[in-house]
Amino acid sequence: MSLLLELSAVEASYGVIRALQGVSLEVGDGDMVALLGANGAGKSTTLRSISGMVPPTSGQILFDGKSLAGLTPNEIVKLGIAHVPEGRKIFKDLTVSENLRMGAYSRSDKTGIIEDTDMVLNLFPRLKEREGQLGGSLSGGEQQMLAIGRGLMARPRLLLLDEPSLGLAPIIIADIFTTLKAVNAERRMTMLIVEQNANVALKNCHFGYVLRVGKVAVSGESEKLRTNREVVESYLGVH
Amino acid sequence: MFGQLFISGVATGALYALTAVAVVVVFRNTRTINLAQGDFAMVGAFAALVFIKDFGLNYYVALFGAVLTCVLLGIAFERIVMRPIADSDWLTLFTATLGMYYVLHGVAGWFWGRDTKAFPVTFDPTPIEVIGGLVSQGHVINMAWAGGIGLMLFWFFRYTKQGIAMRAVTDDPDTAMLMGIPVRFIVLLTWGMAGFLAAFAGVLLAPIVYVAPEMMDEVLIKGYVAAVFGGLYSIPGAILGALMIGITENMAGGYLGSHFKTATAFVMIVVLLAFRPQGLFGIQKRREF
Repeated sequence: MSLLLELSAVEASYGVIRALQGVSLEVGDGDMVALLGANGAGKSTTLRSISGMVPPTSGQILFDGKSLAGLTPNEIVKLGIAHVPEGRKIFKDLTVSENLRMGAYSRSDKTGIIEDTDMVLNLFPRLKEREGQLGGSLSGGEQQMLAIGRGLMARPRLLLLDEPSLGLAPIIIADIFTTLKAVNAERRMTMLIVEQNANVALKNCHFGYVLRVGKVAVSGESEKLRTNREVVESYLGVH
Repeated sequence: MFGQLFISGVATGALYALTAVAVVVVFRNTRTINLAQGDFAMVGAFAALVFIKDFGLNYYVALFGAVLTCVLLGIAFERIVMRPIADSDWLTLFTATLGMYYVLHGVAGWFWGRDTKAFPVTFDPTPIEVIGGLVSQGHVINMAWAGGIGLMLFWFFRYTKQGIAMRAVTDDPDTAMLMGIPVRFIVLLTWGMAGFLAAFAGVLLAPIVYVAPEMMDEVLIKGYVAAVFGGLYSIPGAILGALMIGITENMAGGYLGSHFKTATAFVMIVVLLAFRPQGLFGIQKRREF
């Protein structure tokens, strides 16, 4: 399988804090990969460095073989990377359909945008019922659906998801991951998913990386990670 | 008497609204309280005056020229002055616009002179009858312009991609950037809109306040007060605030005497800030400074 995303020795800082200290990871085309780790391990920063929000201070990020160095976030979106941020970050004063329209900001193919709006509203029928409502009036689960839908509206090749399960009930989490898996399978959309909830992530993804203090500590097939003693003890809890 | 004072108050308030809305639009996308907004309008009025008197152009062509001048002025101000300091704190941004205020005052005085000039286009003073009251034609025309611009803004913010993106940037600039919205371009557009609104404010007020470097000083303050009515955030709130100021000051002028007119806006802002510092519409502070 060909590689879609490749990070090699990526470092990034917030002021004096070295959030990433040489992250290297690979995501194959069409794959669904989990990025795990404790709070502050650098998971979100890894995603933000890919989407150009926190440009790396050293190292290299290749997307489809091309370097992302020096590109602005909107150029990166145009290349085909969409980012569903932590905490959903819905535009609260925009309606559901306006939020979706903003997800497609970088596109100008009108018919494609209409198709994808229909696709998103079919994936998440609850959004369809609330099309004209303000984003801020939605429940947490609906906001997460809208955030994912907004990401899909960019028709990305790579979808970055930051903590899609955060603060949601287990039944909604299961629902959301079922949808993500379906999109991954049917549209061959590659996904890199940051999760605190390692159980859910490893159950649904093919491959996983575990970050510790800004570096990859463990990586492997999800099945292997789920039986890895360190991963089990640190991130999966004892069951 | 009441009806007439009311309608001419609405007409004046509608012109204040042009400034109030520009103050709100710029503030919520850039954290900048733009003290130069009135002077953008003053430049627009002078531009129209030059186009009409020196170039002999028709009023509407001159108005179009003023709009173009002010939009370019707004865009140039963003590119040259504001962009390099965009990440500074609000006081720096505020001070830069204060600087622009003095620069434009000075340049206009040096270029066109400090004396007050009459605007060559005045409206037929014969009043016309509107819903049973007599209203001057100028007031009707001004209300029509302001109303038309209001509808245009509504359409822009509600239905166009760039308009919705402008609201998205207001809501959350970081996430807007993440969605691929070029935030700097949207900010440029915001300043262009401030120039657009300024041109209409300047040209429409010119026959009333006459043309001079300081012609917009009082209007700016009233527009700012109106913007505070909407919590510096809500466009409908700012428009309502502007209409309230227009009506109230006109009533005060009519019943109490003209020297009470200007003080009204200031009394209103003192009362408002004492009781509802978040604005009339209870809008929470959206950003941390």
